[in-house]
Amino acid sequence: MELKQPIISLEGIHYCYPGSRPILKDLEFNIFKGDRIGLVAPNGSGKTTLFHIIMGLLKPSSGKVNIFGKDRRTEQDFIDVRRRIGLLFQDADDQLFSPTVLEDVSFGPLNLGKSKEEAVAISIKTLEFLGLDDFEDRITYKLSGGEKRLVSLATILAMEPEILLLDEPGNALDSAMKSKLIDVLNSLNITYVLISHEFDFFSETTDQIFSMENGKILLDDEVYLHIHQHSHKVGKQPHEH
Amino acid sequence: MITEPFTAGNSIIHNVDPRLKIVFTVMLSCAVAVANSLSTLLSGLAAGLLLVGLARLDGRAFLKRLGVVFGFMALIWVVLPITYPGAPLFEIGPLQVSRPGVALCLKITLKSVAILSILIALVATTTLSAIGNALYRLGVPGKLVYLMVMTYRYIFVIENEYQRLMRAARIRGFQPGTNIHSYKTFAYLTGMIFIRASARAESVYQAMLCRGFKGQFHTLGPVIPYTQNKGFTVLTTAALIIILGLEIWN
Repeated sequence: MELKQPIISLEGIHYCYPGSRPILKDLEFNIFKGDRIGLVAPNGSGKTTLFHIIMGLLKPSSGKVNIFGKDRRTEQDFIDVRRRIGLLFQDADDQLFSPTVLEDVSFGPLNLGKSKEEAVAISIKTLEFLGLDDFEDRITYKLSGGEKRLVSLATILAMEPEILLLDEPGNALDSAMKSKLIDVLNSLNITYVLISHEFDFFSETTDQIFSMENGKILLDDEVYLHIHQHSHKVGKQPHEH
Repeated sequence: MITEPFTAGNSIIHNVDPRLKIVFTVMLSCAVAVANSLSTLLSGLAAGLLLVGLARLDGRAFLKRLGVVFGFMALIWVVLPITYPGAPLFEIGPLQVSRPGVALCLKITLKSVAILSILIALVATTTLSAIGNALYRLGVPGKLVYLMVMTYRYIFVIENEYQRLMRAARIRGFQPGTNIHSYKTFAYLTGMIFIRASARAESVYQAMLCRGFKGQFHTLGPVIPYTQNKGFTVLTTAALIIILGLEIWN
């Protein structure tokens, strides 16, 4: 069996928000190329914190962050990480700050040093890929919740990331928008980790499910074995078959 | 909620480069603002109304916008004529209405309506993002422009947050009144909005960092070709010459 190197490797990560108990304790997490990982855990168990540590927005109080085969410690180290990993924020309003959709989507490519023409071309291509044709001149704050979510995904895909971190992407989406998002994720052929609370979403988009407990990541065999689709009255409640 | 009702439209004015609009707004309003003769002011008003006509704005909505000034004007019309010294025009009981006072009121009214018409016709027909873009290309520092555009962008989010907090208070039976409890509640609400705004600023900045932001803003050039630039320039230059000419003539 070939021994694969993880593209993201977290070792012994500790993190503690000021004035509260440690949220991540001695966390180990490896992500390999081609992984499609679902992350499910109760609110406040540190999922978003974990994403922010990978992006270098938060610095762990101890532990080793190794991404793309390099140790990442300083702000400078993470500039390269941010070019290659795309993070979809939980709240789309955090992500969309430009007046028009086109300006927002081209913000990333422009920061990567693309020319205006290239940035516009990439943005339009990305919007079309997401089925958002003719969205270029739409005003970002006038978009609906679902449209905002897809446009913020476009802002990230426009940077052509190698890995996607999606923080509750299915949140606040109606079923039509959700199935569109599932189609997009399945057609991407990219490594990603997504946080969600919905198992039917996982079953269609991920190959592995992890959970978090006591500041650690666990491969959730229980949950993993349980994926099946059926409907009956207590389908949403935990139950055994 | 702030809406931009006049930006929708496809009139001659809507198809003019925002840079030209801004430059001519500044020149026309300055000319009208410093003018002194009645004929100049009337021509300024005519120019303003002509531009509003060209922008094909809804008359009622336009008057409603002007209404804000009318309230202020009413106050001036009540106070100025009886307090301004000069030859009396007529008398109401013990009060003398002075001729220069009335003339001054008339001028102030004409000036404000003229300038406001020009602003509504030219600036209110441009979206704020287009204004931001135009200001940037006119040489206004990028940081200032982004400050303006982002403030405008997040006013809506902050308003939503305020509405959400207010709703949360209301569904638990909160009724504003003049008592300590209400003041305290509003103080909490205000404090919470500031905290959320600052948290929001933090996350927006993080999201920008994640997309490779390095402190440098890039602006996209014009996306829409403006077709009416020449005609507009000729027309407004003519208006400007007439206004300035009349003022010098008098």
